[in-house]
Amino acid sequence: MKEGRIIRVSGPLVVAEGMEGVRMYDVVYVGEERLMGEVIELRGDRASIQVYEETGGLGVGDPVFPTGSPLSVELGPGLMESIFDGIQRPLDVLREKAGDFITRGLHLPGLSREKKWGFVPVKKPGDEVKPGDIIGKVQETVLIEHRIMVPPGIEGEVVDIKEGEFTVEDTVAVVRTKDGEKGIKLMQRWPVRIPRPYREKLPPEIPMYTGQRVIDTFFPVSKGGTACIPGPFGSGKTVTQHQLAKWSDADIIVYIGCGERGNEMTDVLIEFPELKDPKSGQPLMKRTVLIANTSNMPVAAREASVYTGITIAEYYRDMGYTVALMADSTSRWAEAMREISGRLEEMPGEEGYPAYLAARVASFYERAGRVKCLGSPEREGALTVVGAVSPPGGDLSDPVVQATLRVVKVFWSLEARLAYARHFPAINWLTSYSLYTGNIKEWVKKNVSPDFMDLSSDAMKLLEEEAELEEIVRLVGVDALSQRDQLILLAARMIREDFLHQNAFHEVDTYTSIKKQYLMLRTILKFYETAKRAIERGVTVKELYGLPVLERIGRMKYVPEDRIEKEIEEIEREIDLQLKEKMEGVHERV
Amino acid sequence: MKEYRSIGDISGPLMLVEGVEGAKYGELVEIELPSGEVRRGQVLEVHFDKALVQVFEGTQGIDLGQTKVRFLAKGIEIPLSMDILGRIFDGLGRPKDGGPPIIPEVKRNINGAPINPYAREYPNEFIQTGISAIDGLNPMVRGQKLPFFSGSGLPHNRLAAQVARQAKVLGKEEKFAVVFGAMGITYEEAEFFIQDFTRTGALERVVMFLNLADDPAIERIATPRAALTAAEYLAFDKDIHVLVILTDMTNYCEALREISAARKEVPGRRGYPGYLYTDLASIYERAGRIKGKKGSITLLPVLTMPEDDKTHPIPDLTGYITEGQIIFSRQLHRKKVSPPIDVLPSLSRLKDKGIGKGKTREDHADLYNQLYAAYARGKEAQELAMILGEAALSEMDKLYVEFAERFEREYISQGEYEDRSVEETLDLGWKLLTMLPRSELKRIREEYLDKYYERFRKEVEGGSSG
Repeated sequence: MKEGRIIRVSGPLVVAEGMEGVRMYDVVYVGEERLMGEVIELRGDRASIQVYEETGGLGVGDPVFPTGSPLSVELGPGLMESIFDGIQRPLDVLREKAGDFITRGLHLPGLSREKKWGFVPVKKPGDEVKPGDIIGKVQETVLIEHRIMVPPGIEGEVVDIKEGEFTVEDTVAVVRTKDGEKGIKLMQRWPVRIPRPYREKLPPEIPMYTGQRVIDTFFPVSKGGTACIPGPFGSGKTVTQHQLAKWSDADIIVYIGCGERGNEMTDVLIEFPELKDPKSGQPLMKRTVLIANTSNMPVAAREASVYTGITIAEYYRDMGYTVALMADSTSRWAEAMREISGRLEEMPGEEGYPAYLAARVASFYERAGRVKCLGSPEREGALTVVGAVSPPGGDLSDPVVQATLRVVKVFWSLEARLAYARHFPAINWLTSYSLYTGNIKEWVKKNVSPDFMDLSSDAMKLLEEEAELEEIVRLVGVDALSQRDQLILLAARMIREDFLHQNAFHEVDTYTSIKKQYLMLRTILKFYETAKRAIERGVTVKELYGLPVLERIGRMKYVPEDRIEKEIEEIEREIDLQLKEKMEGVHERV
Repeated sequence: MKEYRSIGDISGPLMLVEGVEGAKYGELVEIELPSGEVRRGQVLEVHFDKALVQVFEGTQGIDLGQTKVRFLAKGIEIPLSMDILGRIFDGLGRPKDGGPPIIPEVKRNINGAPINPYAREYPNEFIQTGISAIDGLNPMVRGQKLPFFSGSGLPHNRLAAQVARQAKVLGKEEKFAVVFGAMGITYEEAEFFIQDFTRTGALERVVMFLNLADDPAIERIATPRAALTAAEYLAFDKDIHVLVILTDMTNYCEALREISAARKEVPGRRGYPGYLYTDLASIYERAGRIKGKKGSITLLPVLTMPEDDKTHPIPDLTGYITEGQIIFSRQLHRKKVSPPIDVLPSLSRLKDKGIGKGKTREDHADLYNQLYAAYARGKEAQELAMILGEAALSEMDKLYVEFAERFEREYISQGEYEDRSVEETLDLGWKLLTMLPRSELKRIREEYLDKYYERFRKEVEGGSSG
């Protein structure tokens, strides 16, 4: 293909002429430094190119080199534990080669070409294979067995397959297809803007527990589901995202830091290798891939970063894993689109965002799902997508929030008001919702407890009643309420403070198993029910406030998982005992 | 070097030079007026043979026929050496104090390059500012970017100067410098800082970049970048811990808006360009620490919120990039609480790794959580009392109201020259908490309650009886 010439440079946008034959979304190299870019508009022989690197120093007349292929990622062993920029350059290697600051024009492969991986075949010569079939395995980390799959377009009989140590570029198997023999390597490529194929989508029936009480108990997300966390700055979006990345019961975590703070990525890089996965006891980093395109890195690469991340996530889903992807923040991705669109002088939609904003957001989230994977053996994979949204001023009418809410099924509404009172996670329990509660009902009944969902809706009812009663209190004061209503206030406050409030930085409180969540909630509600009976017999709410058991209930969250059952047993006994005493006291008074 | 006399259009701070060959995006431009005056500009866009140039010193006096334009084939660079310490420069990095030009050890492009996230060291060294509302509740760490969100007429500059004066890392004597970038502030405000630095003998470790209110507005776009380039040199080449104060970022953003409007770009909220976030990030994200380097850049940008509105795009986008914010409150200022820091919406995101055992004290985290929660409840009760009268409050609520008042008077308030150690700040917090019964302190671990609450309760009780 022919070399083009730059005719215009405006920020991250470059226009070149003489670009006949180039296709939309093809990668090109711009200037003598060969900065990487992507074609985003074609008019005659002129191509508009978004450049993934800083464009300072480019001028009219500089050359543009087409590559003839779309922006793709390398998929194979070595993804785990890596940290990439938005176009899959490994940042650790980049630092080794170029120093502490990101320099331009450095092309680095996503996967190491030197490292050798032990490959164990599961197919043998003579076997028929088709796309998606697992032909062998590589132990990528202690946690992750990397399943090598037949890439799309290859179908036929295995004529050769080798066990041993290979680099990602070595051929490990040869398949005789109708177009001749084709080699299979440990690595394959996939264009990031095209979703990877699967056999069929399945309904989301299994919850993805996160160890976060307000989420798991009240607004659960399913494996293969979608969720969004909008909130103003300082409301704890990033801490919540980090908590999900740490504690979600997924096999693989893909964390995209899209246009956010550099230090947050450093935080993940330092913490994850130290933190232990509650299931396996292994460092969390062993199952994590990080994409970091921080806010000061080039804006076009930020646009690409979410696609790079989700393609990697889909690849592991195809192996049959449960994958959770966190994108923080999708607003920065949308802003990158807006900036490029503005430079293209497209007619803007709302707030200057391009008219295709909603469509792009929707098709991104639609790449989530629980699926039956292609190929054999038959397997199911799931990709859960959780996106943070950073609306200006926390205003939920923001176009990115609105476009997101139209597609996602779970809404965790973070509120500044709660954050100021240091109620964390600052998820508003009245406005948040999950549309998966119906889907996962059966699973929860079978695997958690038959009455868990009922307890959860009872507790929510108390919280709703509290909100109504507070209106009245604001007008006439607490003493005007009936004893019953005052008890509701007490119980709701217990749910808020002793259950919903969760300290991400406390070594025990940071993660609560679903079993412990169930026990905690049951205890609070048992207190409420018992107290209700006591009040019917004449005990006053004021007397209840002084009960020693309340303090013990308040400290349930700090009790380690292995001691919780015993603790709950004792608390339940104390509830009965202490309320009985109060009731007897009434008896004596009468 | 080629010289052009082919200016086609001039509009606001922009001019279009035609018939140009080989102009590069971002290139530095020298403009020679018929009077012989030389100004500087930067290429914002190249399109065929046209180059769009923003003129830093304004376009007044530039004509279409006589003015000469030279393209310098490099970006905007400033000369750097250790001699910059103690010097005052203009907004573009040229000496303003009558001193000699800097003989460069290196020259650096003021745009810098993004720090590789992998190269970053996580900021976790507590900086004691001596100010309780910061040290106790929103602790700052080396390498953090923590802005002041203030309003016009509030004492943000005084507090910034106090931080510059008092900031230290406990138990360490290390090289320390202040880089001060002023964008569009008044002569008086700049003079206040100079006087303060002179009086305390700090001037010799301060580098100042001053673009005052009557200096060219477009020059402000370069000022924070020049300041941060100097800071990067001091921190990462010379192992110095640098505190960068940038005031006032609101003026910077307005200059950016002026350029955007002159280019007829599609405006975002309130007329600010859609890329304001990215642009601000390219400034703020230059703060930090780098693995294996001794120095650090701690950034303290000051901005005045138009109409005290936190949702205005400037504070809003800043808050999304910086690691927290210290918010000033006009209401507290009126109540003579000084510094008038509104602690509830203030936040330091990096506090958790900078405090605790071995850094400040083991009880620090639990303590601030409890102080926050108690103060928030006190404020809530105060509001309730305003509507319903104090009689409507429960006994406990009344206690919280009193707590909140004393908290503002004794904890947040402090003198401009009062340098409280972090121990003093923490103890003060405990003393105030003894107003509340122990069972109310749910955010604090039992062991700390046993250790501190009981001690301070005895002290306070002993003090009142004796």
